[in-house]
Amino acid sequence: MSDVLEIRDLRLRFRGYSGTSEVLHGISLNIRAGERVALVGESGSGKSVTARIVLGLLQELPSAQVDGGLFFEGEDLNRLSRRQWRALRGTSISMIFQDPTSSLNPVFTIGTQFAEVLRRRDPKLSREAADERAGTLLQSVSIHDHSRVLGAYPFQLSGGMNQRVVIAMALANRPSLLIADEPGTALDVTVQAQTLKLMHELVERSGTAVLFISHNLGVVREFADRVFVIYRGRIVEQGPTRAIFEDPGHAYTRALMAAVPRITGGGLPDFNDSESAFLDPMVVHGGGKA
Amino acid sequence: MSAVLRLLSRRLGISLIVLVGVSMLIFGIARVIPGDPARIALGPNATEEQVANLREALHLNDPVVVQYGHFVADLLQGDLGVSLYTNRPVTLDIAQFLPATLELVLFAGVLMVGIGLPLGMWSARYRGRWPDHLIRVVSLLGVSAPSFVWAVILMLLFAFFLPIFPIAGRITDSFEITRVTGFLLVDTLLAGNGAAFADALWHIFLPAFALAVSGIGQAARLTRANMVETYDRPYVEMAQAYGFSARRIAAKYAFKPSLIPSLTIIGLDFAAMLGNAFLVEAVFAWPGLSRYGVAVILRKDLNAIIGTVLIISATFLIVNLIVDLLIAFLNPRIRHSERGAS
Repeated sequence: MSDVLEIRDLRLRFRGYSGTSEVLHGISLNIRAGERVALVGESGSGKSVTARIVLGLLQELPSAQVDGGLFFEGEDLNRLSRRQWRALRGTSISMIFQDPTSSLNPVFTIGTQFAEVLRRRDPKLSREAADERAGTLLQSVSIHDHSRVLGAYPFQLSGGMNQRVVIAMALANRPSLLIADEPGTALDVTVQAQTLKLMHELVERSGTAVLFISHNLGVVREFADRVFVIYRGRIVEQGPTRAIFEDPGHAYTRALMAAVPRITGGGLPDFNDSESAFLDPMVVHGGGKA
Repeated sequence: MSAVLRLLSRRLGISLIVLVGVSMLIFGIARVIPGDPARIALGPNATEEQVANLREALHLNDPVVVQYGHFVADLLQGDLGVSLYTNRPVTLDIAQFLPATLELVLFAGVLMVGIGLPLGMWSARYRGRWPDHLIRVVSLLGVSAPSFVWAVILMLLFAFFLPIFPIAGRITDSFEITRVTGFLLVDTLLAGNGAAFADALWHIFLPAFALAVSGIGQAARLTRANMVETYDRPYVEMAQAYGFSARRIAAKYAFKPSLIPSLTIIGLDFAAMLGNAFLVEAVFAWPGLSRYGVAVILRKDLNAIIGTVLIISATFLIVNLIVDLLIAFLNPRIRHSERGAS
């Protein structure tokens, strides 16, 4: 099966006043068409920068130095001009951010912002036609009073409502890859679960591949087909979700799993990350890499 | 829109209170200045009796509170009294001189917003790169000298060494323009006289620009600062992630949220130009309210002083009111707030 996204030996360095510091030390991962792949790790491990490199956003920072192979639907992204890369954003690749309410512009209505997104695919789209399309899309995320929502500003809607809006926007142009960077982390747990379930159904139906970035293994287990565990800029374990959860091979993965809070109590365990086991080589489960 | 109406009525009420305060203050101050206004008005050759008669006519022998009462009673009938300097009703004098000043300040305001905001927007879009550095240096230069200094510099450069612009006046004398609004740029257009309009524009440009320079710098710096902050917001990152063009993000999605906090200060700067206009008018011999204002203060022409200050205060308040309404219009949180937050 062909890969929607392939990342080969990706390295990222930031140039600062005191020399360069490497943030990603050679990451490789692949996502097949329609597959949901999770990239899991703690904050600062390099998850979000990876997402921004795929979009080509980080490369625009003068201080960032990116090396490595990036292929989207077989096409070498590094050979695209900035303009061509930008053309993929919002059309073939879209993204959902952590906090839906702050990722929507506070001074424009949902309708205005939705129309702008739809015009990425269809630049000549009239506002009326855009509102109609947006209405249908909002219905698919179970928003039924869509004309009120389109006329509203983000601050007038609940976080869960905004999250649905953002999901509808992300899938509006039928992207082949959706990057979800800790979606709904800012929402309360039940709303987060609802919207993730909704997102799950929609990407399954449309066959959209997802790069799902999270630190929450409980959520990942529900959502992803395959998991890549990232720790300090390196992939330390990869494999099908079930295999990783049944038999976590790397010390860091085990620590991460122990950190998932349980209702039955216990609290967060302490773990010693200076332990040498955290620097063990990558663990690959069967069926992990195509 | 009821939130906006509530806001409007509240601000109008506050403005009225401020105006009353200003009138009391200036009424008191004008009477504290040493010198007998009747004596100054009549000149050294007038007899004691004449002076006494004038003092009586002006109610100058009454206690200040009673004098203020007379003043308010007249004011409510639209009467600001007679100027001892021009011997005409103060309202007539103001009606003659105010339009020239207002035209100058409004034109300067247009320059301030029309140049300052785009400069700030540009600067923020190219933050950290050379257009940004250039604009920041230029706008710092703009704010670092007061407008009358700019007036002198610009006049020397562009009217004296390089005689591109006229040195003084509002329009070349040979044009006969019927006065409708008192704004020459409007009156010439109403008369359909294109040549006179161009001439008036040519005359107003340099003084208005001198008046606007520091405002332009201020507006550019403020817009840049607010926009640079906005660029770090998640919604701008989202716009970038969705491939909106850099130009569209700068001009729309990052600009509008940044405009709201800038606007209050820009409004204050705009109103402050009314005060600075006095000095610029003096440099460019602009026949506005400043000459009149200075002359009446030197002559201790009480009615005219109070009239002039009141009119300027009222204009200041009106400008602020307009800015508040503009902010309410731009900021959906104010427009849609249920409780009419201010």
